[in-house]
Amino acid sequence: MHPILRLVVQRIALGLLLLLAVSVLIYAGTEALPGDVAQAILGQSATPEALANLREALGLNQPGYVRYFNWLGGVLTGDFGKALTNGQDIGQAIAQRLGNTLFLAGCAAAISVPLAVGLGLVAARYNGRWPDKVISGITLSTISLPEFVAAYFVIYLLTQVFPIFQPVAMVFPGMGFWEKLQAVALPVLVLVLVVLAHMMRMTRAAILNVMQSAYIETAELKGLSPMRVIWRHALPNAVAPIISVVVINLAYLVVGVVVVEVVFGYNALGQYLVDHVAKRDLPVVQAVGLIFAAVYIGLNILADVLSIIANPRLRHPK
Amino acid sequence: MNDELHYIVKRAAKGLMSRREFMGRASALGVSAVMANALLASAVRAEEPVKGGVLRAGMAGGESTNSLDPALAASEVPFMVNMIWGEMLVDVTPKGEIDYRLAEEISSNADATEWKFKIRKGVEFHNGQTVTAEDVVATLKRHTDEKAQSGALGIVQGISEMIAEGDMVTLKLASGNADLPFLMGDYHLIIQPGGGVDNPAAGIGAGPYKVVDNEPGVRHTFEKFANYWDPSIGHADQVEILVINDNNLRTAALQAGQVHMINRVDPKIVELLKGVPGISVEAVAGRGHYVFIMHCDKAPFDNNDLRMALKLAINREEMVEKILGGLGTVGNDFPINAAYPLFDDTIEQRKYDPAAAAELYKKSGHDGSPIVLRTAPGAFPGAVEAAQLFQQSAAAAGIPLEVKVEPDDGYWSDVWNVQPFCASYWGGRPVQDQMYSTAYLSTADWNDTKFKNAEFDELLLKARAELDATKRKEEYSKMAHILRDEGGLILPMFNDFVEAKRAEVGGWVQDPNGELMNGRALVKCWLTA
Repeated sequence: MHPILRLVVQRIALGLLLLLAVSVLIYAGTEALPGDVAQAILGQSATPEALANLREALGLNQPGYVRYFNWLGGVLTGDFGKALTNGQDIGQAIAQRLGNTLFLAGCAAAISVPLAVGLGLVAARYNGRWPDKVISGITLSTISLPEFVAAYFVIYLLTQVFPIFQPVAMVFPGMGFWEKLQAVALPVLVLVLVVLAHMMRMTRAAILNVMQSAYIETAELKGLSPMRVIWRHALPNAVAPIISVVVINLAYLVVGVVVVEVVFGYNALGQYLVDHVAKRDLPVVQAVGLIFAAVYIGLNILADVLSIIANPRLRHPK
Repeated sequence: MNDELHYIVKRAAKGLMSRREFMGRASALGVSAVMANALLASAVRAEEPVKGGVLRAGMAGGESTNSLDPALAASEVPFMVNMIWGEMLVDVTPKGEIDYRLAEEISSNADATEWKFKIRKGVEFHNGQTVTAEDVVATLKRHTDEKAQSGALGIVQGISEMIAEGDMVTLKLASGNADLPFLMGDYHLIIQPGGGVDNPAAGIGAGPYKVVDNEPGVRHTFEKFANYWDPSIGHADQVEILVINDNNLRTAALQAGQVHMINRVDPKIVELLKGVPGISVEAVAGRGHYVFIMHCDKAPFDNNDLRMALKLAINREEMVEKILGGLGTVGNDFPINAAYPLFDDTIEQRKYDPAAAAELYKKSGHDGSPIVLRTAPGAFPGAVEAAQLFQQSAAAAGIPLEVKVEPDDGYWSDVWNVQPFCASYWGGRPVQDQMYSTAYLSTADWNDTKFKNAEFDELLLKARAELDATKRKEEYSKMAHILRDEGGLILPMFNDFVEAKRAEVGGWVQDPNGELMNGRALVKCWLTA
């Protein structure tokens, strides 16, 4: 077996084991939450009879480990079950929400990744001079701003002072692609501001690190232009750390944007998760938690594999 | 036209001011009677409903966990959604009278134990079926089934027999209840075809709009039901609810015109929002109230001197001012206010009196250890701050309170109705009987103050079957006195519903029964532009 293929298989197997461990943790964690589902669903206005009935109907009287294995069996066959609170099929609800999450993350990534890498290259090219300082200054200040502050600022500026966009960023089936883009413009802007600096700084640092090498000096002595040196000689050798930081940020865009989703009322997985945590709807919390964990683990495996492929020394081990 | 004149013309046109009062105030402003008449006529024309358009509300209080099953409605958005597609036997008007909907006539026997509801003829459900007496009975029966987990279980439990005969529904009660028609206006009791037994969450009713999209926690859309029986409501072609739980985003959406009206305006920003052109803030005095509740059966609250000391040690005016931003009224330690029929407004208002509180505290013989008051940000808006104000005002009377802030998660299961002293809220009920029976009768499930008083219980049952309004009012007044002076309820304030709408919304009226015109704002309002 080719060493890379073997490595990929190994990583995926490890990832699956990790996912299983995560599923146990998620299950135990949700079980340990205070309060119970029946009470959380019925709220302050619950009568004891209604509570008892609901507990019975939800199967809450079975021991925890029995419910865990029932649930795991369902998940392995692609059945996430029904939401306890409103009886909707979880798989279906999640599919649509996940689509929205990926759409938002995709838009943000399509803008932020090329922009960050490009700015990183420019900053490295003009290391220590004013373009570097301007780029670093701006991106560092946007990353220092908490997301919700950036979000409210953007809402204020672009919906109230200059009424260009609509504040509520909901997307629905049946909306055209262009309409959807318009709807998510503001959250995308906020996400780009938030993730830009990390990737930009990493690109810049990785390139500068390589720039100290002897072969770069050779390239400069050959008389190549500085941008060409960076593009042809520095970047290919600096690409591994850049890939890992880009992928980590992609993972963040998928699983870490709950705050941004809530602030803009965006109907994606984050908001869905928050609602169901508040109502102790365990099957949904577990399913979403598992999906988030899978995305995170999957992207990390991808980062590892890509870094190895990008590095000839790892690609052809002696 | 000057602002004052403009204002009174609008109020008179909406019927909020009598014609006589309007003419009087107009002449006080130096307007001739002829001129005033002309102004009023044109304003009334301007208030005539405009048909068409898409009317949108942005609302807090919806989750992706919501269902269309009317039995399960518990928060604001499901309530409002059900009021759009559903219709009950009756509604309650803003003035507290019965508005006949699917029932067109109601009568009872002398001791209020047997009620007859005549069902309106030729009303259609959205699926084309005609509304029959059988549907009504099947609906009520479904709510009596404990498996339905209905919020109206307490109401329908008291009905011992339900009979459908022709277009007449007869309900027989175990004991007389003069308020039964009001109870049939409970928002859970939406009449569904076949009682909704097969699929309670189908969203098929006899209301003015049909459900188009139902995305819980995100958006609900509706289109006009062509065969709706009552042409006087349902003006927009389509109505929509966007669920916007974030306060800032909801306000921003209103300002940007993405929605036409919002609920739950944060009292802190009311003054700022009033200054925004094209937006008006509507504060409606309702029956909802914020409370601190003591368990009368647990130490140290089993001592009435201590309970009374605490009641005197709370500064009600300050609470209304600081917690509600002035948008509310002071409470008097019983859960009834002027928004209820048969309210006795002669009951003396309790005031902050640290000296008297200190004396009663001493008399109670409490050992001086801190009394723990539990609260949470979600107990009611501003509940943590309110508890801290209470702590301060009580300290001035020498009563040591210790405020313990609990997490919102699990508050209603682990703290409320469990711990002996905590913050809570009530939404109010349409009639006094229902409010008292829900939470202050000895045997009530939600008796969250563990208040058990035989005389109070007896009065409650007597008043319930009493058809003579004067006697009933006296009985309710006696009950109010008992609860105010002996109960475990500290009721510092009644909160207004604070809402906001854009200028292009016509037909808005103040309705104390519930949020956003008792859930009917999208159905009864129209777009003028």
